[in-house]
Amino acid sequence: MSTETAEVKETKVSEALFSKRRKKLISDPLIDDNPITIQVLGICSALAVTTQMQPTLVMAISVIFVMVMANLTISLLRNTIPSRVRIIVQLAVVASLVTLVNEILKAFAYDMYKELSVFVGLIITNCIVMGRLEAFALGNKPYDSVLDGFGSALGYSWIILAVAFFRELLGSGSVFGVEIYDGISSLFGGEFSLATNGLMVSPVGAFIILGLIIWVQRTKTGYVEH
Amino acid sequence: MELFSLAIRSIFIDNMVFAYFLGMCSFLAVSKKVSTAIGLGAAVIFVLTVTVPVNWLLNEFVLKEGALSWASASLAGVDLTFLRFIMFIAIIAAMVQLVEMIVEKFAPALYGALGIFLPLIAVNCAILGGSLFMAQRDYTLAESAVYGFGSGTGFFLAIVALAAIREKLKYSNVPNGLKGLGITMLLTGLMGIAFMSFMGIDL
Repeated sequence: MSTETAEVKETKVSEALFSKRRKKLISDPLIDDNPITIQVLGICSALAVTTQMQPTLVMAISVIFVMVMANLTISLLRNTIPSRVRIIVQLAVVASLVTLVNEILKAFAYDMYKELSVFVGLIITNCIVMGRLEAFALGNKPYDSVLDGFGSALGYSWIILAVAFFRELLGSGSVFGVEIYDGISSLFGGEFSLATNGLMVSPVGAFIILGLIIWVQRTKTGYVEH
Repeated sequence: MELFSLAIRSIFIDNMVFAYFLGMCSFLAVSKKVSTAIGLGAAVIFVLTVTVPVNWLLNEFVLKEGALSWASASLAGVDLTFLRFIMFIAIIAAMVQLVEMIVEKFAPALYGALGIFLPLIAVNCAILGGSLFMAQRDYTLAESAVYGFGSGTGFFLAIVALAAIREKLKYSNVPNGLKGLGITMLLTGLMGIAFMSFMGIDL
């Protein structure tokens, strides 16, 4: 009995594990405060891998891992970091995590490592990571920071996955390597074949697709930039 | 001649922004006015031209497999490649600090105009990307200096051109959802198509 009351007491003092405020930490960056389409952060490094779904998924998972762990580490260290050297400390933490991801990919998924080449390393300079460390993790408790990092990384991931989906479908006629265009044409007895759009495979395709996604997304949320 | 063709290639064909999406954050954020864009572009050229050769030295004499053999024969088998990210970013952060102090001393007006974006060059993907590409492609010292300068110039051209277009764009009627980032992405795409025309050139 006594342990039960103690537990009740504790929940009264601290917040529920998934309180409304904490759910918002995850859900806000998905649509309303999306890091890419609204905050204009982190367009840098990862667009280059969006020609295919698979490398994009690996990239997204890497970014989620790095952001959650970096947010956690910086949040735990937040009271010990002198503000003058905080950028260097943040860079060191992020660079260590990215090195970890890089070595893991090299050991267990060498083909993927070759394909992503320098772009895994460029997660270090992804503005979202630094932006969230600076804006959130330095001033909040570890658990909240983990949620915030997870939410922002998810918001980022779904945008680059959406870009990759359209680029791979329109550019190579496939999704995750499954030939969609061939399937459709064989469905009609091979009477016609769908033409792939070479522009989508080139970097230009990514800019245009992302521009259109931003347009749709901002029209839906009603966000206007001045 | 080899170096010249490398310079041309890194400026136009393998343009940092249009071919590799590097440095997009500052590319989008600082391209509202031509004068600031010129300042940031110049800073990027300078930082890239300095950091890529410095990182080359670091890579060649400290990080590469067997690179430490000049220090002592027992270190010949040491491979510190995994430290590349941390060491490169440390060099870049130090160099950016240096540039910041120089600009603050000699061009206070430019310093004020660049504001937050000068320290943020340290986390500009184009800078780290330049060094990582240099290491991946096994450039020589001369090549890495030319590559640093060339890719910086490519970034400079891209950001100044975009700023010029965006200054004119103020007078046009853009749909609400497209204002700002959206139309800029589409513009970048169109500029990318223009830069694609250099692709066929074989130097």
